[in-house]
Amino acid sequence: MSDQVQLEEILIGSIAGMLDGLGHVAVGASSPVPGAAALLTRARSNGATRVSVLGSENHNFFTDGAKELFDCAGQGRIDAFFLGGAQIDGKANINLVSIGDPDRPKARFPGSFGSAYMYYVVPRVILFRLEHTPRTLVEAVDYISAPGVSEPGVHRPGGPHALITDRCLFSFDKSRARFTLASVHPGHTVEEIAEQTGFDYDLPEGGVPETAAPDAESLALIRGPVAQQLAEIYPSFASRVFGIDKAA
Amino acid sequence: MTEVLGSADALAARIPDGAKVALPPDYSFCANALVRALIRRGAKDLHLVGVPAVGYQADVLIGAGCVATVETAAVTLGEFGLAPRFTAAIKAGTIRMLDATCPAIHGGLQAAERGAPFSVMRGLIGSDILARRPDWKVIDNPFADAEDPIVAIPALVPDVTMFHAPKADRLGNVFIGVRRECMVMAHAAKAAFITVEEIVDGDLAHAPETASGTIPGLYVSAIAEVKEGAWPQGIPGGYGPDLAHIGRYVEMARSEAGFAQYLQETVLGAEAAE
Repeated sequence: MSDQVQLEEILIGSIAGMLDGLGHVAVGASSPVPGAAALLTRARSNGATRVSVLGSENHNFFTDGAKELFDCAGQGRIDAFFLGGAQIDGKANINLVSIGDPDRPKARFPGSFGSAYMYYVVPRVILFRLEHTPRTLVEAVDYISAPGVSEPGVHRPGGPHALITDRCLFSFDKSRARFTLASVHPGHTVEEIAEQTGFDYDLPEGGVPETAAPDAESLALIRGPVAQQLAEIYPSFASRVFGIDKAA
Repeated sequence: MTEVLGSADALAARIPDGAKVALPPDYSFCANALVRALIRRGAKDLHLVGVPAVGYQADVLIGAGCVATVETAAVTLGEFGLAPRFTAAIKAGTIRMLDATCPAIHGGLQAAERGAPFSVMRGLIGSDILARRPDWKVIDNPFADAEDPIVAIPALVPDVTMFHAPKADRLGNVFIGVRRECMVMAHAAKAAFITVEEIVDGDLAHAPETASGTIPGLYVSAIAEVKEGAWPQGIPGGYGPDLAHIGRYVEMARSEAGFAQYLQETVLGAEAAE
């Protein structure tokens, strides 16, 4: 690990900025960067923000089995959650299942997990996708694991808040079902985002800012206790990004 | 009475071809010795239910030709990525996939454990998961003042639940601690076949420190003591997963020939019954 701020650290800091002040943040399967962001938020709040990481023995409140996360979310006890997608479209529909005909797909992914529930009931869902290309950010997904917005009359207290990629951060306006480019990560440009995004989105008035890197205090927390905590849950990620070779 | 059997292979002999089999996720209590025994027995046409997701267990069973249908919210090897034999089978169209979402699996099992016809759940409306599940119905909430569509999930009744727990007693009571999806799975299924690290003296269902995390023998058809029965996965609170082995599995299972060699080495070969 060099002293230079890594992309993962910018993403962790940027996501944590969207979680500060929340009461309970939950993190689902295969989500090391969101997991680190949630743990950073908890560290910065001196423990005021609760964090539940699925698959963790040490950072997980649940004692009632795999269903408890969903029951808890359905009651409104979870303020933020993370979802990804092999494809994400301009209306924030997400596809975690397949490309092409679902019965004989060109590509098949693990599946929808809890997305077709959590996306509806958790107020602040942050979409996370590390491959930002026209192949992944598309005009319309091939399969809707969970829709970005719902028809009037459908119970929908939750939904998308933002989409963060390896190139930029988009915010989402539920009333218009559209993304706006909120900031561009260091080393990337507004023109490049236009080329690499398959859906239409809005630009903010007055220009697009650069995504801020985490401050020194946050960076120290990320590289210290957060990285150690993460190693229990995501050993390969912690090894690759933070050079930690064994779970603490 | 819960039967106490001598091996995973003896349990596998009680699980018929075509059975609907509930399996826990990789981070829970996976009965991989029993998975290997099912492959040795030549099990066919199983309908796997991943509660709510499933990984290595399903991938090996699919690769070995034991599976007709997979019903789950996801098939994943976690940090090791896509499950190779599952992915190949879906692309080839050789297994039927019933995509679900986690709380729909839980809801179906909870209806089954109550003996109720269905559970209702929020979410799902507008998704292709729902569009492709004609067995799930959108109904109108009868208690709402205005229109309020909600999804009804029919009771999901596995023929068999199988997992590997830390311990059981000779009465058939099985300790699962906080891994309570295994409790729901045992309640909901017609039969539960469970391997354990150890069979202990005493009565786990009446000792205060274990009672609340114990499945009563009432729900348990048969148990067998199988040391390290979760290997190559771990058992929460016990030993960890064998990451080197799983990494090697993922490499070998990329091709059919490599998978066949893996089966020969790990399941069918020199190593005898478990």
